[in-house]
Amino acid sequence: MNAHVSRRSLLLQAAGLGVSVSFLGGSAFAAADGPMARRKMVVVICRGGMDGLTVSPPVGDPDYAALRGAVAVTPDQALKLDGTFGLHPALESVHALALKGQARIAPAIASPDRARSHFEAQDVLETGAAQVYGVTTGWLNRTLEVMGPSTIEALSVGATAPLILRGKVQAASWSPGKGVDETARLPTLLQDLYKTDPMMGPAFARGLETEAMAQAAMTALNPAPTPVSTDAAAMAPKATWQNAVNTSDATPRVMAPPAMAQNAQAITNQRQGREAARQLGSTLAGFMTQASGPRIAAISLDGWDTHAGQVGQLNTRLSYLDAVLDGLNTGLGAEWSNTVVVVATEFGRTARVNGTGGTDHGTGSTALVLGGGLRKGGVIGDWPTLKPEALLENRDVRPTLDMRGLFKGVLAEHMGVDRAALESKVFPDSADAKAVTGLV
Amino acid sequence: MSLPSNDMMAAIAATRFGLGARPGEIEAARSDPRGFLTAQIRPEGADQPLGDGETSAQRLAELSDYQMQRREARQAGDPKADPVKEAQKMLRDQAGADFLARARLGATTDAAFRERWTLFWANHFTVSATKLTTATVVGPFEQEAIRPHVFGRFEDLLVASSTHPAMLLYLDQAQSVGPDSRAALYQRRNAKKAGGLNENLAREIMELHTVGVDAGYSQADVTEFARAMTGFSVGRPRDPNSHRFLFRDNAHQPGARTVMGKGYPQDGQAQALAVMRDLAASRRTAHHVSTKLAAHFVSDTPPPALVARLEMTYLDSGGRLDEMARALVAAPEAWDPAPAKFKTPYEFAISTWRAVGAEPSAIGKLGPVLTGLGQKPFAPPSPKGWADDAQTWCAPDALIKRLRFSEGFAAVAADRLDPDALAQSALGARLTPPVAKAVARAETRREAMALLLMSPEFQRR
Repeated sequence: MNAHVSRRSLLLQAAGLGVSVSFLGGSAFAAADGPMARRKMVVVICRGGMDGLTVSPPVGDPDYAALRGAVAVTPDQALKLDGTFGLHPALESVHALALKGQARIAPAIASPDRARSHFEAQDVLETGAAQVYGVTTGWLNRTLEVMGPSTIEALSVGATAPLILRGKVQAASWSPGKGVDETARLPTLLQDLYKTDPMMGPAFARGLETEAMAQAAMTALNPAPTPVSTDAAAMAPKATWQNAVNTSDATPRVMAPPAMAQNAQAITNQRQGREAARQLGSTLAGFMTQASGPRIAAISLDGWDTHAGQVGQLNTRLSYLDAVLDGLNTGLGAEWSNTVVVVATEFGRTARVNGTGGTDHGTGSTALVLGGGLRKGGVIGDWPTLKPEALLENRDVRPTLDMRGLFKGVLAEHMGVDRAALESKVFPDSADAKAVTGLV
Repeated sequence: MSLPSNDMMAAIAATRFGLGARPGEIEAARSDPRGFLTAQIRPEGADQPLGDGETSAQRLAELSDYQMQRREARQAGDPKADPVKEAQKMLRDQAGADFLARARLGATTDAAFRERWTLFWANHFTVSATKLTTATVVGPFEQEAIRPHVFGRFEDLLVASSTHPAMLLYLDQAQSVGPDSRAALYQRRNAKKAGGLNENLAREIMELHTVGVDAGYSQADVTEFARAMTGFSVGRPRDPNSHRFLFRDNAHQPGARTVMGKGYPQDGQAQALAVMRDLAASRRTAHHVSTKLAAHFVSDTPPPALVARLEMTYLDSGGRLDEMARALVAAPEAWDPAPAKFKTPYEFAISTWRAVGAEPSAIGKLGPVLTGLGQKPFAPPSPKGWADDAQTWCAPDALIKRLRFSEGFAAVAADRLDPDALAQSALGARLTPPVAKAVARAETRREAMALLLMSPEFQRR
């Protein structure tokens, strides 16, 4: 067994974590020469409503501990950022970057949607529209539309294409698995059958191209930060929730969710999960560091809807998020200084703990902004505090920053997207959401 | 709108309304394609898969035993003790066997419209095996709460789903406690950690199961409904209704509630049931359900006139799902020869087995295929259930994976079969000349069969 197979196995495990990656952009960006030509952007979407008060707990806010009760992160546990905020202890790599001024938090941010519906809020987050409905394309796809010549490619890794990159720019997708040789007879015959099919034709062609690119990305990978043998993947517990399906064993993976688990087996599972997540991050970096690789990518991470048993669940999810970001940072190497990563969710959660050791759908949450080229560290936007009168509807963190303003700031300052196009095409009806400045 | 020929309608009946034609099925539907479908509508509901027959209560009891064993093993310092491993294996095997039994029913049934109709409702009222507590009860949930009611009243289906232990556990309702209930007051008086409200199920009933997210309700409506639902729970091992639905009167939030402008003065369990009755009777629900049905059977962008007719049927019949099924079969829009719907991975896989007159034999083969195609068995990623549109499923990588599966399937199945006859029996009048020609000209039977399975008309319905 070789390292190549080992990576495949680990990536298969990552698929079972609810992680998927999407890519946009390609060689066409190279047409724009100059300092912007190497700039890269990654958007990490945490689906399910990530709890900002756990990601960056305001341990210095006098109301925090009482509101959160048993699900609060204590000042001792938090990784200190400043007098008010810390980071969750699982976010070690993010904290290390923050200490270098390469990671920032926006602790009271929200999309313009207020319905507290996952599906509506995710739509608004991904379309970049002021409200749900009416817009069916993703803002990352429209970014490419306004930035580049028509040969730009979009690629999603995962079996289905996320809304954020749907649109006019043709998207591709890839997920780990056995490849298909595009020169073989059957693919050729099928391309002929699909040539008048407006949906299957382009999708199939893109799938074949992407297979070739994936092979290159896998072989271009930097050595894994921790050597992992195929044995580690083979030993992966067969009955845990996060174990991915491999080709030899296929029972639905339905056992112990992370919240249950503090025994030795669970810790082993979590370590393997983190390793898989790190590999996914470094594989994405492998795609992005290729000469004609994508410069814009999106990752989805599921499992943030913590109505009950929140503490254990978020320990696990945040450790995976940290590992993806660490893998990306490490894998990008020198290109980290040309990259900005934004971690965002569709909404935050209630300021108060609910009756079941969790929190319900809320409004303001935390976004993370990371990158080697950030001008400085620190907090983005104002902190409204958790005073009773400051809470939105006596319930949620009151947002002080519109998510679209953060995205616009990154696209304008870092990616060099034309500001007029940003306002008219990428984020229409967003005049109220002023672009954040001073990021890079 | 004029109807196509009987040949075409028979092919549509088997492939669009059904789960793909088995050998001889299109022929059987030819004389009366609509009657072939309406004959599958019956008051007793769906067929039941031939599983091990265990109820959700039995499964939950076994899970509870397993958790106890695990605790004891851990206390004894040996979390990997054999009984625990055995129990884990048993739980995993149960879910796998349930899924396989359902897939076999889909692959073999002569009433495939009835089964598709059932799968639609199971997806509408999604319970996912992504939690430990629901891991082994998705199959029993479908059998107990969904299958008996798919041709009855929508309200009965809603109540059956919303009072089933699997749903109450999946969406956290079982633990929700009224903040002013006797249980909460008692806990506070005794300085215990008091339980509280959890609005997850109430929200998803409104948003996903009934009126829909654009119905104009507010956060306050969701919270009020959640208060009305407090007490809907699952019996613990020592309760009278252990591992079954239990209304805990002492956890119910006292007082009248107001949901979407209407007052609910009822006491106890009747309160939330009254809210559900009104939700089920709402025009918004009629619209939401009709839109989803038309999108599933006709087009990702359903024709407004068809949606309007289905809504009328819903409202006129008091939400009778058998009438809805008949209205769909009667709708000319549903018989357009152009196949607008792209099969989901499950539909694609089941239809390949049907095409050759076989059935899946091992979950170890079926499971990885579906997971690779993005539809992990019994594990939709959210309460919204699986997506139903081509944009989601016709992704580049998914097509490559379908090709891999088709090649593998053909390698096992093709050598015994005549490819031209197979193309005819699987697609009938829907087979196009280019595909018929490609199949006829293929170098090997395997290549011919892979081409057929990957053809645009087989991938769609």
